[in-house]
Amino acid sequence: MIPVCHLADLPAGESVRLDTAPPIAVFNADGELYAIDDTCTHQDASLADGWLEGRLVECPLHAASFDLRTGAATCLPARHPVRTHPVTVADGVVYVHLTAEEGTAA
Amino acid sequence: MKSVAVIGASLAGLHAARALRAQGYDGRLTLVGAEPHRPYDRPPLSKEFLTAPGAADGAEDPSAATRLDLTDAEEVAALDADWLLGTGATALDPRHRTLHLTTGRTLTTDGVVLATGAAPRRLPGPAPAGSHALRTLDDARALRADLTRGGQARVVVIGGGFIGAEVAASCAALGHHVTVVEAAPLPLVPQLGHAMAALCARLHGDHGVALLTGTGVRSLRSAGADDRVTAVELADGRLLPADVVVTGIGVRPATAWLEGSGLPLDDGVRCDAGCVTPIPTIVAAGDVAHVAGARAEHWTSATEQAATAVHNLLAGRTARTHGALPYFWSDQYGVRIQFAGHRAPGDVPRIVEGSPDDRSFLARYERDGRTTAVLALNRARPFLRLRRELARAAEPARTG
Repeated sequence: MIPVCHLADLPAGESVRLDTAPPIAVFNADGELYAIDDTCTHQDASLADGWLEGRLVECPLHAASFDLRTGAATCLPARHPVRTHPVTVADGVVYVHLTAEEGTAA
Repeated sequence: MKSVAVIGASLAGLHAARALRAQGYDGRLTLVGAEPHRPYDRPPLSKEFLTAPGAADGAEDPSAATRLDLTDAEEVAALDADWLLGTGATALDPRHRTLHLTTGRTLTTDGVVLATGAAPRRLPGPAPAGSHALRTLDDARALRADLTRGGQARVVVIGGGFIGAEVAASCAALGHHVTVVEAAPLPLVPQLGHAMAALCARLHGDHGVALLTGTGVRSLRSAGADDRVTAVELADGRLLPADVVVTGIGVRPATAWLEGSGLPLDDGVRCDAGCVTPIPTIVAAGDVAHVAGARAEHWTSATEQAATAVHNLLAGRTARTHGALPYFWSDQYGVRIQFAGHRAPGDVPRIVEGSPDDRSFLARYERDGRTTAVLALNRARPFLRLRRELARAAEPARTG
């Protein structure tokens, strides 16, 4: 379980990048919190820098798009999903629960 | 339309094939590619592909090329195409849409997508061992082999454009002694304007790479039984000792095979704004396409033009035009440079966020109080916002 930040510091539409290995991006999509692996599966780009639209995030480099709920790639050039990680909030603090490396769809 | 040939099996060709199937075309589809490889991503060739640690013996990691793949077996099956790889096209008879291939075969189809890309410009004279251009996977493999022989090499990069700068950065990251030679007084001025180009040029010095500007190259010196390069002789007479030379002095659209076809050729295949040639059953996309008076060499343009070209090919006329905002990026020395928009000479760049001293800033190019283009160094997030803003602002102008 990794503490991310205070919920108040992650308003709707914002994202934060965790310097874990591999890095993780946490998003507040209209009040719903999501965490996915931060690196686009197409090329090296940080999805935390991407464009949030509904439950989708668009990669800042090539406009590949991922579904925050499932990690699925919804738009080329990405063809492979990113891992998703459960997010919880306790006492106003956001936590990410790392999904095990196994089963990673690289 | 019952048969389409896509000539060129790289980014634009693949995206044309994808677009054909996505837009409901269910006829025969043939992809002709001069390289033996299935479509792969070229941008990493000047970066990760060169710097990635190899196998224990220094050889290329077998997964390195796989990581570049733009397709997989599942998609290849779904595209249901005939792949003629390792096969070039030598001529086109546009009236009958008959293609002549290097294998001696001919291919006649209802529609043709020209996506043969571009080939690197080369220095006049012979190319000794140790001198490289960088465009294809095989080019990158040959360069990588020369850069990973062990020990510090003296690398001279001829041309300070994006490819040259990226290769220089990769070579510096590998621990080599690197010099960049640029014929212009400053690299990247046509792309970024003087002020911003000057800021980007500072990245070389930050990483111990010498940048020599305002001088061309007279010749490559070579010696030994294997005729390996030993030095680069500059136009001003200076001699730069070199173990490896990389030339990045731009590309030429690959249109030689279309000479005599009657298609208008001038810095690419001339197309209207919908990527359509004067013959509506022949369209073009990517580096080879000169669309409505401009030729782009950008990754994003290749993919967007392919979709537009195919739409119009299937429509039989120019039903849609390609008006997407130009966008490109470059990764060098750990800095991501991104640019989008239509910059004209005289547009004034204004830094609106960050600082050049931190090698992290966002700049708007302005003309008459209007933003024409945006440049970012390591500011991906605000750049994306501005880029989308610019794209939206450009929208009404291009639907007319």
